[in-house]
Amino acid sequence: MAFAEDDLLAAEAVADVADIEPPDRPSPAVWCSGISKRYGRRAALTSVSLTIERGEVVGLLGPNGAGKTSLIKIMLGLVRADAGEVMLLGRYGHEPGSRSGVGYLPELFRYQPWLTAEEVLAYHARLARLPVDAATRLDLLTTVGLRARAGDRVGRFSKGMQQRLGLAVSMLGDPQLVVLDEPTSALDPVGRADVREILLKLKARGTAVLLNSHLIGEVERVCDRVVILDHGRVAAAGSLDELLGESEVRLRLDGVDDAARRLLGRYGGFEQTGNWVQVRAIPPDEVPDLVAGLVRLGIRVYAVEPGRMTLEDRLLDVLRPGGAR
Amino acid sequence: MTAGPVSPPRPVTPDPARMATTPLTVLTVARMTLREASRRKVVLALAALTVVLLGLDAWGFAKIPGLETDQAGQLTSGEARLIASILLNLVIFAMSLIVALGTAFLAGPTLSGELESGVALAVLARPVRRTAVLLGKWLGLVAFAAIFVVVACGLQFVIVWVTVGYVPPHPVTAMAFLLAEAVVLLSLALLLSSLLSPMASGVLAVGFFGATWVAGVIGGIGDVVGNDGVARVGDISRILLPTDGLWHGVMTALQAPSVLADAGDALGNPFLSPGPLSAAYLGWVVVWLALVLGVSTASFARRDI
Repeated sequence: MAFAEDDLLAAEAVADVADIEPPDRPSPAVWCSGISKRYGRRAALTSVSLTIERGEVVGLLGPNGAGKTSLIKIMLGLVRADAGEVMLLGRYGHEPGSRSGVGYLPELFRYQPWLTAEEVLAYHARLARLPVDAATRLDLLTTVGLRARAGDRVGRFSKGMQQRLGLAVSMLGDPQLVVLDEPTSALDPVGRADVREILLKLKARGTAVLLNSHLIGEVERVCDRVVILDHGRVAAAGSLDELLGESEVRLRLDGVDDAARRLLGRYGGFEQTGNWVQVRAIPPDEVPDLVAGLVRLGIRVYAVEPGRMTLEDRLLDVLRPGGAR
Repeated sequence: MTAGPVSPPRPVTPDPARMATTPLTVLTVARMTLREASRRKVVLALAALTVVLLGLDAWGFAKIPGLETDQAGQLTSGEARLIASILLNLVIFAMSLIVALGTAFLAGPTLSGELESGVALAVLARPVRRTAVLLGKWLGLVAFAAIFVVVACGLQFVIVWVTVGYVPPHPVTAMAFLLAEAVVLLSLALLLSSLLSPMASGVLAVGFFGATWVAGVIGGIGDVVGNDGVARVGDISRILLPTDGLWHGVMTALQAPSVLADAGDALGNPFLSPGPLSAAYLGWVVVWLALVLGVSTASFARRDI
């Protein structure tokens, strides 16, 4: 895939830059190199490499069975890789201490049913030696909408409530890296909106996040970069701009003249088909200025449509090359 | 195809305050295991069984002094002691069954149950060593078994003393051997639960416990009839799983020295022990425990979660 090859070159260029960075540059939140894993005859992961910088929010996308959860579990020392290396927050993954600044919400989220929600948080704080007091634990439960159930046994919680509790557990002690494996799978629309808010807060706080989700819209809204896995390999990776191309806009206009064409030509080129004009490489925040300029020139503007492909379209392009969308 | 650089970043120096510390993890997990045991319904079942057993045997022991022999006379003190001693061994054997069932069915869910349900995912993703988690669970179960043995046996000894006036010669040693028996069984259950489902590990552990006891009885019969081959069945079973051997240690510590003389010969009686355990056998129990825990931790450390 030509695009992905370009990504590889870009990634290697980043690597070259990284090699000459000054010594005080913080190590990446996640650094994986050449991760391979087989389950019997089936290759779950083949030479997967991935870097997440500090404070970066990265979406991990791919079809079922692509190896996303296996990769996450290998990062966190839950599954042994057949080959490859992992570093978390600058420490080798085989050291348990590498996970001391990491929060994790597993895809299979279950917590001790005989404990209360507050006790689950206290237990995880003790395991991770995190100085989290009772007030902070209650604040976390408030953030995920479980304040009123803090003293209830987890065994009485619904799936959605357990997933909310898992989110609170993953944010315990202000981790530098949060790994969320399908964080909204059991949540209602309100819960999904809450998770989006939480992700944006984590991003604003400078926490690195690895988000594995099938909700592509969520990924598109909050992630700085996306990695697409397919059949255990990195099929594509890059920022949203790199993956989706530059922003475009389609305009339905009447009375386009030379002055209007000069205005339309200021951006990355345009193409006119009948009354429709497609303007390439126009930053989204300049579209209103373009429309205002056209109106000032006496052009009648009937429709303005954003033209960039969606992440879902891009994902389907990657996973079904040549297939119809 | 990569999504990032292939040259490794420089490792950072660990923050000592947040380094994984195994002893603290062991204690934290042990405390949690004890709390789990106290909140599970299996504990209520254990408590109910123990109360029923203690109530029944208090009633039974109270009847012993009033028993009459075929010659229409009262039991002699020696006869009463013999009966009390054998009955005490029988009741403590029932308790060993309860503690075996309890610990085996607690050990299964506490490890394989957490692995199956997904609870272990969040726990093991913390900065903890798996060995520490396993040892913590083991320690918590040992503490639970110790509390049960001390409370249940203590009450039992008080009942026997009040009703019959019989005080076992070495009650603390008996409790120690009973606890050791429970520790052996829960260690086996923990090993099995690192490999099998919760129910299968509990059933197998209790099954092995019962089979070893039966093999011990068969070995005793072999001793009585002078058949070395049959007698060796008991010896081999006590080596493979030391629960029956330790049970003989419990009986030796509970029975009055005069009981063996009064009974003539303890051979073949499953509730009388012919003599104390050898130091070599106790050494083997320690080695057995170390081996089982070693295999358990190695198996658990390498397992994909």
